[in-house]
Amino acid sequence: MSEIGLNHFLVVSTLLFSMGIYAIVTRKNAIMVLMGVELILNSANINFIAFTRYGNFGLQGHLIALFVIVLAAAEAAIALAIVLNIYKTLATVNVDEVDSLKD
Amino acid sequence: MFAAVTLVSAFFVVTIRNIVYSAFSLLFTFFGVAGIYVLLGADFVAVVQLIVYVGGILILMLFGVMLTNKITNVEIKTGTINIVPATIGVALLSGALLAALINSNWKTLPVQAPMPTTALLGTMLIQDYLLVFELLGIILLIALIGAASMARRGKV
Repeated sequence: MSEIGLNHFLVVSTLLFSMGIYAIVTRKNAIMVLMGVELILNSANINFIAFTRYGNFGLQGHLIALFVIVLAAAEAAIALAIVLNIYKTLATVNVDEVDSLKD
Repeated sequence: MFAAVTLVSAFFVVTIRNIVYSAFSLLFTFFGVAGIYVLLGADFVAVVQLIVYVGGILILMLFGVMLTNKITNVEIKTGTINIVPATIGVALLSGALLAALINSNWKTLPVQAPMPTTALLGTMLIQDYLLVFELLGIILLIALIGAASMARRGKV
């Protein structure tokens, strides 16, 4: 096996990104869609940190990765609150059955 | 190795039908990603990943799973739709991305030995990136207040 370079990390993050897209597109459950979003954010972070390691950018990639993690935490909290509200009003969390804007 | 753990468990996340099992595979995915961060010399980001994702977001997800299903329902299944077109589309997308990035000629520096990054990150965070730092604090505060008030609405 050759030496591990930038390309290997980029391939891993691309595959992770594809699986996140797949989860978002195919899953019915809103929480699974959220998990897909988290996978995509993680793959973006891997890209940022790989380019920081192999490029000449100082540590800015690390900072952006930290900001992304913080925003992901905020997004997960908000999204789960929304999902709980949807479950309380519609008694389902499947995104294809949630189709009314107002009751 | 870490890449294998990450990818295999991510594959389970998107394919297993039982939502609790896929939440637990997501745990291994996050651990694998943290391992990749360590391999890339990002020690502080790896620790933050462990604390925030594994400790916070994953627990939140599990709470969401538990609260939105009936507890007596042992077989917590989740349906899937559009399997075939989604598989084709995602395969095309990832193939195109992989071809693009393998064929591109990245200019890479020779790799230096990894240094501890925590002190440098802290200094950058309160000097050059102070505004972003404060904005993130405000965003987190607003998000938490909003989440709490939304989740409690109607019960009060």
